[in-house]
Amino acid sequence: MDGRPRPETVVEVPALGRELGTAARRRARGRLVASLLANRLASFGVVILGLVCLAAVFADTLAPHNPRVGDLVNSKLPPAFLPGGDPRFLLGTDELGRDILSRVIHGSRISLLVGFTAVALAGAIGVVLGLISGFYGGRIDDVIMRIADIQLAVPFILLAIAVLAVLGPGIHNIILTLGVAGWVTYGRVVRGQVVSLREKEFVEAARCIGVPNPIIMFRHILPNTLAAVIVVGSFAVASTILAEAALSFLGLGVPPDVPTWGGMVAAGRDQILTGQWWVYTFPGLAIMLTVLAINALGDWLRDYLDPRLKI
Amino acid sequence: MGGYVIRRLLQTVPVVLGVTALVYFILFQTGDPTFLMVSTDASREEVERIRRELGFDQPWYIQYLQFVGRAVRGDFGVSLRQGQPVFNIILERYPATLELTFAAMFIALALALPLGVISATRRNSAVDNLAMAFALVGQSTPVFFLGIILLFVFGGLLGWFPIGGRGRGEPLDELRHLVLPAVTLGTFSVARNARLVRSTLLEVLGQDYIRTARAKGLAERVVIWHHALKNALIPVVTVVGLEFGTLLGGAVITETVFAWPGVGSLVIKAIGQKDFPVVVGTVTVLSVSFVLINLIVDLLYGYLDPRVRYR
Repeated sequence: MDGRPRPETVVEVPALGRELGTAARRRARGRLVASLLANRLASFGVVILGLVCLAAVFADTLAPHNPRVGDLVNSKLPPAFLPGGDPRFLLGTDELGRDILSRVIHGSRISLLVGFTAVALAGAIGVVLGLISGFYGGRIDDVIMRIADIQLAVPFILLAIAVLAVLGPGIHNIILTLGVAGWVTYGRVVRGQVVSLREKEFVEAARCIGVPNPIIMFRHILPNTLAAVIVVGSFAVASTILAEAALSFLGLGVPPDVPTWGGMVAAGRDQILTGQWWVYTFPGLAIMLTVLAINALGDWLRDYLDPRLKI
Repeated sequence: MGGYVIRRLLQTVPVVLGVTALVYFILFQTGDPTFLMVSTDASREEVERIRRELGFDQPWYIQYLQFVGRAVRGDFGVSLRQGQPVFNIILERYPATLELTFAAMFIALALALPLGVISATRRNSAVDNLAMAFALVGQSTPVFFLGIILLFVFGGLLGWFPIGGRGRGEPLDELRHLVLPAVTLGTFSVARNARLVRSTLLEVLGQDYIRTARAKGLAERVVIWHHALKNALIPVVTVVGLEFGTLLGGAVITETVFAWPGVGSLVIKAIGQKDFPVVVGTVTVLSVSFVLINLIVDLLYGYLDPRVRYR
């Protein structure tokens, strides 16, 4: 040993560095789990999110009825625990006699699918543009950041509404729209970090030995921005699920026969005065709990990965 | 200062142009609205003639330049459905949207400030935990769901507030119509701002000048409200400008839920009717207002923080 500290003792940043040894990685993972368990709200988030994921994956097995087909004989039944309820329909039925529970279970698919894929798309676009913008600077930087400014000047949901108005409803369109509309936050955060990272010694060292720019950007700089990207991404999943629900509520999301939480609340809007609160309350609560779980996880992730991040 | 205002105004011009180009491009490049305006049995020559009259036969950049040229004079074309100038339709409904947005902003600040201050000064107390739990839930509740629940409870069940519309004439009646939509729209911002006030105030309270203020025997009330809060509010003001964009976007959804006669419900209806001039006009007006509000916030900055020098 030449007296330099061994890698394990230097690494303070949680398990994001690729050069961690297996022992150190295991230790980092242990710290991650311990920190998660210490945060009651975040643990609650993991449990809820886990349940929602299970519901989405096993929807066909879990749902007691067909979510798209109902029998008018059973229409407008209250939940089973209320007088007049039918034990076959735990959370009641809507006006077409479709089982609310089955529709809520199936609705989780659209929310999670749109939430995670749109965020992945936005993240991919934003990270690449942010890297290029921060690394090269100058004219390219100006152009990319002006585009970001322009996009930020249109309220997010309004932009999505305008695009979907043209593209028409559909799961691909909604993912594409929310993905493209959402890149700006990543772009700005990554750019901000890259601007300071590119002056660091390790980048200079890589340059000296002739590492090509794309490799410096993606192999050397990118891993150092990942903590911020993960934190931004976790909150983005929450806001994307809310946006998808809002768009489905407005009838601009997926086609109406596909059960979505937002669409179910919209269908229940006409029931406000008839008192059939279960039609919109259960899907609404499903959105709320899922988003709450993700926000709680995001809060914990931010504190764990980088408490100085202001997001 | 005068020079700064002019330069800042000039900077908004490319942003506004970019926004209109974006919206125009999205809406007009994907379809030719001519067919919506002619009767189904019109001859091909007839369709061609109307298309030429409306300028839809021109390349998109010519159409866009013509659109900008007219828009700066307040001419957004004629509604394809109502036959009236789009500008007049928007002008008629815009005050309602502004009223709703400002009321929501007022609620957001009026509640977020005390909530954040109480939370920060009694860190980790029961009050703090309760306030932050409320904030987390508020941030996770979809606007439309909250609106429907409030409508059901306070409009339908208790009958305290009207269930929609804006009310006419009497101030008291108008206020009663405003309460539920404004609370609905403002809740998300209350939650976000309360968290922000808390975290920035905590940061400021750790600084030396606060210790000095306490050491010289100032009352805690004076320390918090006069010394700490002034600095803690600076980041809040920036966010308030951005918050306006969230509120304008949220207003679209809130207006739909409460049948509020503003530009938000207008744009949703126009999308349903494929009335594209109305959509373009509304999105442009909303985006330009957002840009202008941010400009005003930027200028206000100097009053709150004299360290900001206009260059």
